[in-house]
Amino acid sequence: MSRSADIDHESGNFGSSSSNSVVRLDDVIAVLGSFPALAGATLTVERGEIVLLRGPNGAGKTSLLKVCAGLLPIERGTGSILGCDLATERDLVKSRVGYLAHHNGLYADLTVTENIRYWGRLTGASEIDIERAIFGLGLDGRLADLKVASLSAGQKRRVALACLVARRAELWLLDEPHAGLDARSRDELDAVLRAAAAAGATVMVASHELDRAGALATRQVEVVAGRVQEMTS
Amino acid sequence: MTARGRRAREGSAVRVALLTARRDIRIEVRSRVLTNQVLPFSMIVLVMFAFALDSDAVLQRVAPGLVWLAAVFSMLFMVSRAYSIETSDGALDQLRSSGVSLSGIFIGKMLALLLQLMALVVLLVGAAVVLYRAEVSWNASVLLVTTAITATCGLAAVGTLYGGLAAGTKGRETLLPLLLLPVVAPVLIGATRSTEAAFGTNGIATSEGWPWCGLLAVFAVLFTVAGAIAFGPLIDE
Repeated sequence: MSRSADIDHESGNFGSSSSNSVVRLDDVIAVLGSFPALAGATLTVERGEIVLLRGPNGAGKTSLLKVCAGLLPIERGTGSILGCDLATERDLVKSRVGYLAHHNGLYADLTVTENIRYWGRLTGASEIDIERAIFGLGLDGRLADLKVASLSAGQKRRVALACLVARRAELWLLDEPHAGLDARSRDELDAVLRAAAAAGATVMVASHELDRAGALATRQVEVVAGRVQEMTS
Repeated sequence: MTARGRRAREGSAVRVALLTARRDIRIEVRSRVLTNQVLPFSMIVLVMFAFALDSDAVLQRVAPGLVWLAAVFSMLFMVSRAYSIETSDGALDQLRSSGVSLSGIFIGKMLALLLQLMALVVLLVGAAVVLYRAEVSWNASVLLVTTAITATCGLAAVGTLYGGLAAGTKGRETLLPLLLLPVVAPVLIGATRSTEAAFGTNGIATSEGWPWCGLLAVFAVLFTVAGAIAFGPLIDE
């Protein structure tokens, strides 16, 4: 990513919360249907960390991300994201967190800049932040006026990340972000995530690609049967 | 929530609605699904009715019902299209997770659908006048326009609400008509009776159409309010 470093220099700090703990989960139980997706998960993540969530399929990685995004309610235990209580302030959590699942959430018939402007304006981003995101991720050149439908998988992922940058998400939650990308696109993605973390954003990545995501992460945790285990390096 | 917080949230909902309506219209203008697929389909339906009934007298009598039946059938495609753009790359999930006003999303999508339905109904009424020799007097045109506005508002509100409800389900293409058609039956009846009065079908006086228009207006207001309230919790599930 040629200009990803511009994210931190030009847009300044992502964070605004006074406390350093971005994620605090204490013995959290969350249920998907009748299945206990999280069975007593405890996790603390500090500002600026890039945390890799490891674990087999069905272990609870995606559920953990969804709990942190305010999308999955907690049944028992306590939790807060960016100081907002997960039991009572989930709407507030959603407005400050950027969650990117397997899909990019883009509109194929809109151009790259139309997509970023729509998502940015929708979430209350300033025009300056939107333009910085477009520039910072190298989307201001020939890609700017292309329809998203005509982009490669890596380029689409970059546009989706630009939407998160534009809205200044303080906590980035990414589910298998490297899936389907070629080597160059993966490098670009990692550069964007490192720049975001350097600017004060906190990143949590669920991935099976341990070599790639492990090199990116500043810390790794293992999710096993709905519980979180710290990994020693 | 404080009064200031409430005002900020309402302002945010209006902004979200306008952004979303503009986005949906832009996508429609670019993809031309309405002009290249839905409008031709509605015309084919009207022509097929003419072939099936094959009598000028019968066609003139049933023209109002056929116009609104064609509008309702065509609406199913529009609603399906309105949500396929949200689900094809997970945009609906992104909307849910971004904490924006989902009432605003509902109103925005409803406005975009309303504009498309209005274009469709104008074309259908015009086609009925040409194909079925339906007649509209100058006095009755006010009733016809009011009917078109209130009925399309009702259809757009119900379509947006039930489209959102079906969007996250498996087999939504077949589920949508099952959910939607029974609910829009009052709009079909009210709009047909009111249009009959506007066309003067069977000697019905124009004044007899206004109570049906009132019913359509109540339906539209009811489902717009209910949709704005229920849309968020429904798609959040």
